[in-house]
Amino acid sequence: MTNLTLTNVEKTYPGNINVLNNINLDIKTGELIVFVGPSGCGKSTLLRMIAGLETITDGEFTIDGARMNEMPPAQRGVAMVFQSYALYPHMTVRDNMAFALKIAKKSQADIDAAIDKVADKLQLTEYLDRLPKALSGGQRQRVAIGRSIVRDPKVYLFDEPLSNLDAALRVATRIEIAQLKESMPQSTMVYVTHDQVEAMTLATRIVVLANKGIAQVGSPLELYETPENEFVAQFIGSPAMNLLPGKIVDTGDTTRISVTNGGGVINSSVATREDMKGAAVNVGIRPEHMVPETSENYAFESTVEISEALGEVTQLYFERQDADSSPVIAKLQGIHRNVRNKSMRMSADPSKIHLFADGKSLHYQ
Amino acid sequence: MSAIVGTKSSLTWAVHLSLVAMVVLWLFPTVGLLVSSFRTTDQISTSGWWNSLSSSEQNLTLRTDAPDTQIEKDGLFIIEGNLFGEASDADISVWGTSSRSIDDYTPGDVAELKNGTTVTVAANGDYLMQSEVPMDGRRGQRVFVTAQTPPEFTLDNYRNVLLDKNNRQGMTKAFFNTLTVTIPATVIPVLVAAFAAYALAWMDFPGRALLVAAVVGLLVVPLQLALIPLLKLHNEIGIGKGYLGAWLAHTGFGLPLAIYLLRNYMVGLPRDIIENAKVDGATDFQIFVKIILPLSFPALASFAIFQFLWTWNDLLVALVFLIDSSGETTVMTKQIVELLGTRGGNWEILATSAFVSIAVPLGVFFAMQRYLVRGLLAGSVK
Amino acid sequence: MHPAFQAILTIIIGVGGCVGYFYFSNQFLDKVVFPSRGPNAGRNITRANMVRPWLFLFPALAALSIYLAYPVVETLRLSLTERLPGNRSQFVGFANYQQMLSEAKFKEALLNNLLWLVVVPAFSTAFGLLAAQLSDRVRWGNIAKSLIFMPMAISFVGAAVIWKLVYDTRPIDQEQIGALNALYLFFGGDAPVTWMTQIPWNSFLLMAVLVWIQTGFAMVILSAALRGIPEETIEAAIVDGANPFQVFFKIKVPQIMSTIVVVWTTITIVVLKVFDIVFAMTNGQWETQVLANYMYDKLFRANDWGVGSASAMVIMLLVSPILIWNVYNARKEMQ
Ligand SMILES: Nc1ncnc2c1ncn2[C@@H]1O[C@H](COP(=O)(O)OP(=O)(O)OP(=O)(O)O)[C@@H](O)[C@H]1O
Ligand SMILES: [Mg+2]
Repeated sequence: MTNLTLTNVEKTYPGNINVLNNINLDIKTGELIVFVGPSGCGKSTLLRMIAGLETITDGEFTIDGARMNEMPPAQRGVAMVFQSYALYPHMTVRDNMAFALKIAKKSQADIDAAIDKVADKLQLTEYLDRLPKALSGGQRQRVAIGRSIVRDPKVYLFDEPLSNLDAALRVATRIEIAQLKESMPQSTMVYVTHDQVEAMTLATRIVVLANKGIAQVGSPLELYETPENEFVAQFIGSPAMNLLPGKIVDTGDTTRISVTNGGGVINSSVATREDMKGAAVNVGIRPEHMVPETSENYAFESTVEISEALGEVTQLYFERQDADSSPVIAKLQGIHRNVRNKSMRMSADPSKIHLFADGKSLHYQ
Repeated sequence: MSAIVGTKSSLTWAVHLSLVAMVVLWLFPTVGLLVSSFRTTDQISTSGWWNSLSSSEQNLTLRTDAPDTQIEKDGLFIIEGNLFGEASDADISVWGTSSRSIDDYTPGDVAELKNGTTVTVAANGDYLMQSEVPMDGRRGQRVFVTAQTPPEFTLDNYRNVLLDKNNRQGMTKAFFNTLTVTIPATVIPVLVAAFAAYALAWMDFPGRALLVAAVVGLLVVPLQLALIPLLKLHNEIGIGKGYLGAWLAHTGFGLPLAIYLLRNYMVGLPRDIIENAKVDGATDFQIFVKIILPLSFPALASFAIFQFLWTWNDLLVALVFLIDSSGETTVMTKQIVELLGTRGGNWEILATSAFVSIAVPLGVFFAMQRYLVRGLLAGSVK
Repeated sequence: MHPAFQAILTIIIGVGGCVGYFYFSNQFLDKVVFPSRGPNAGRNITRANMVRPWLFLFPALAALSIYLAYPVVETLRLSLTERLPGNRSQFVGFANYQQMLSEAKFKEALLNNLLWLVVVPAFSTAFGLLAAQLSDRVRWGNIAKSLIFMPMAISFVGAAVIWKLVYDTRPIDQEQIGALNALYLFFGGDAPVTWMTQIPWNSFLLMAVLVWIQTGFAMVILSAALRGIPEETIEAAIVDGANPFQVFFKIKVPQIMSTIVVVWTTITIVVLKVFDIVFAMTNGQWETQVLANYMYDKLFRANDWGVGSASAMVIMLLVSPILIWNVYNARKEMQ
C-alpha cells in the first residue's frame, strides 16, 4: 500500500520565483502517473519535491499518510531514474547497483542475490563488471532502471528517462518499462515525459501541468476524448485540435453552432442549456476527425493551401483567415490527389465535436 | 592548418629552428648544472662544462706513485704505472716536471730529475721512473701534462654529498627534513580544502557566495604579510619554530588556491549523480567520500602536485617558521643557500646538492605533468 | 629517532587527525546532537543539514582566517606601532612609513620592484606566447613544451644555483666556466665581467632567472587559449589573404587577450613576492634590492618590526588592485 497525496503544494524558488501553486493530487498504489506539460512548467520540480531533492515551500506531501515535507530523500523510500542516468562513473555496474544497499547496511549475500535477480530480469548479467563508460546508451538506461529496482522502493520516480535514446531504442525501452510495470503491480511510479506516445501508452493517469498548476488529471483516453479545457485539448494529440470560433444557434441535447469563418453550421452532441443560446464558443475538432462533406451540414468551407501526402494519411492546411491565426488542419485517411487550391467543405461526427466557452469545456457543465 | 595549400616551407623551417633555439636556451642552464655535478673539482674549475662533452685538451697535474711502491729490478729502482691511475684513453701531447715549464717534453722523452732519477711518460700516461739509488720522499713525483682526454664523469660528488658518513654537507638530513615538511604540508591542505570545496560547491547555506569571494581575494594575499604576526602567534601559543608551525603555515598559505581549484572542479560534476546518491540514501559525508573524492581525483592530484612543489621548493616559510638556531630542522633549500655563502666556489658540492634537491620535483614534474597542466588551466582560464 | 621514522610518525598523526576530525564530527552530529531517529527525526535531519556545511568548512575557515586574514590586520597594526622593551608596543602613527620612505635602500627596492613588475611579466608572456605559437605548429611540440615548462618545477634557490653557474666569473688568466663570460669573451669582450656587481645589469640578470621560470607557465596557459580559438576565424583570415604574422597578431592575439591579462596578472603576483632569487644570488647587494627581501632584512636582520610591517603593507597595497579585480569577477560569475 503506497499512497501519495499532495495537498495545496506550492513551490517558490529563492528570489521569489513562483513555479507551482495549489497542486492537489492523489496517487494510488500501483498507479503509473505521467506528468506532461510544456517545457519549464514545473514537471521536474514537482517530481523532485516528491523525491525530497527540492523543499516544498507550502502545502503538505504525504506517503501512506505520513508527512514527508521534512524527510530527506533517503527516508522516503523512493528511487529515482534521471534523464542523464546519473550512473556513478567510477563504479562498475554491480557497484552502482549495490551502492544504495551497502549504504542501507544490507548483508553481502542479500545484495548479491538482489543484484543477480535484477540483472537477470534486465539482461545485464554480462555487463555487471563493466564501468558505465563501456556501455551503450540503452544499456546505461537499463542499469539506471536496474539500480532503482534493486532497492525495491515504494515509489519509482522517472524524469524523462528515455529522452537520451534514439527513436528505435526509445520504443523498445518504452515497451520494456511497460512490461516491468506489469510485473510489479504493487509499485507506484511517477513518470515525467515530453513524449505523448510514452504518456498515452504507459500512463494509468496523466497529469497535465500548465500555468503553475494542474490543468487536468485523467486516464489517457479521458484526456483525449473529453479534455476539460482548451489547453489540454490542444496539448494532447498531434497535430493539435483545431479551435474554430463560432456561436451557438440552437441548444439542447445536441447543440447547433454556426462557425464564424468559413460559414458552416454544425451539430455537436455536447448538451447545452437554453440560456447559452447566442453565446460565443470555440468549436474543437481534432484534425484526424475531419472529413470532407458535400451536404449543407458542414463546419466550414475553405481553400486548401498546402497538402502533405504522407501515404497513410494526407494532411491539409487550409487558408488562414487572418495572418496570426494558425491554419486549420485536417488529417484525412489515405491518399487525396489534386486537392491543392481547391475549396473544400469539412465536417466531423457530432460526437467528435468539442465545445469550449472561456477556455473551459462545455462537456463538464 | 598544415592542410592548407601553399604554405611556405621556408616558414616551417624558421618555426623549427626558432623552437629548437628556444628549447636549447631553456635547457642549457639546467644541463650545465647536471653535467657539472658529475665532474671532478679540477674539471669544473679548469674548463667550462660544455667542453666536457667532447674530448678536450686539458692541463692536468698528476702524480706518479709514491716511492714506497718502488721495486728493485736489475740493480735499478723502478716505479712504473699510469699517471691516470689505470689505462686511459687520454692522449698526452706535451708534459713537464715543473709548474713553470709544463711543455718541456713530448711523449717518449726522458726527463732528468734530481739525484739522477729519470722519468719517461708515454702518450697514454704510462710512465717509468728509474733511479740507481732508492728514491725517497713520501709522495710521488708531480708530472704536468697537457692531454687530450675523452669525456669523463664521476659519481664521487653524489657519494660525497649523500653518503658521506660525516655528512659534512648535511644534505641527507636536510633531505629527510624536507620530506617531513612536505608530505603533511601537502596532504593536510588537500584534505581540508576538499571538504570546504564540497561545502562551497554543493551544500546550501547562507553566506556561501560571500565565502567564495573571500577565498578568491585571499588567493593573492602575499604571504610576506603573515610572517611576523604568525611568528608572534606561534610563540605565544607555544608552537614556536618547528614542523607543526611549518605545516600549519603551509596549509594556511596553500588553502586559497586549493579551495578555489577544487571548488571549480566540483561545481562541474553532474548534479544528477549527487542527487541520485542522496536518493540512494547517502549522507553528505558518504557522498563526499564515495562519490566526490574519487571523481575529483584529477583536481586533487593537480593541487597536490602544486603544493608539493611549493613546499619542497620553499625557502621563506622554512626560514621563518621552521629552522631554529640549532639548525636541526634545516631543509635543503636553506642548506643550499648556506653552501652558496660558505662554499660559493665549490661548484661540485653546490651543483650536486642543488641537483639532489631539484631531482625529486623534476621527477614529479615529468611523471605528473598532465595533472599539473590541467590544474593550471583550471586555475587561471575562466 | 631516525628522521625518516619521525617523518612517517608525524605524517600519520597530522593526516590521521585531519581525517578523524571530519569523520567523528559528522558522526557526532548525526548520532548525538540531532539523531535521525525518534519523533523529531525529520526536523533533526533538517537541522543537522544546516550545521553540516560549517562542520565541513570549519578547519579551512579557521586556517584561512588565522593564517591569512588575521595577519593582514595585524601587520597593518604593527606597521603603525613601535616595539618597546618588555613585549609592549606604542602607537606611532605613520612614523614607520616616514622612516621607510626616507631610506635610500627602500627607494631602491621599490624602484627595482617596479622594474621587475614591468620586465618579468612582459618577457615571460612574450616568450610564453612565442613558445606556445611555435610548439603548436610542429610535431615535437609537446616535447618542446615539456622542456620549456620544466623550470617551473625547480625551486627559486635551485634556479639561483643554476644561474650563478651561468654568471660565474674566473680571473682573466683562467678559462671561464660561466657560460655568459665565455660567450662575452668569445664575442670579443676583453676581460671577464663579474656580472653580479654590474649595476644595473645585475638586476636584469636576476630578472632573467624569473623569466626563465615563468615562461613555461605562460606558455601552457596561452597554448590552451590559442587552441581554443575557433579554427574558422583563422581560416577566414587566410582566405582573406592574411599572412601568418597578420593572422597571429590581428586574429589570434586579440582573441586571447583576456587570457594574456590573466597570465600577466598571475606573474605580477609572483614577482611581487619574489624573494628567494635575490636572497640567494645577491642578497640585495649592488643595488639589486627588492621589497620582499628588504622586508626580510628589516624583520629578521634589523629586527625592526615596524618598518618591516610597513614594507609588507606596501606589497599588499601593490597587489590589492588585482585582489579587488579578482573578487569583482568572481562575484559576477556567481550571479
Ligand atoms: N533552482 C531554481 N531557481 C529558480 N528557478 C528555477 C530553479 N529550477 C527551476 N527553476 C524554474 O522553474 C521552472 C520549472 O522548472 P522545471 O525544471 O521543473 O521544468 P520542467 O517542466 O521539468 O521543464 P522541462 O520539460 O524543460 O524539463 C522553470 O521555469 C525554471 O526556470
Ligand atoms: Mg525537466
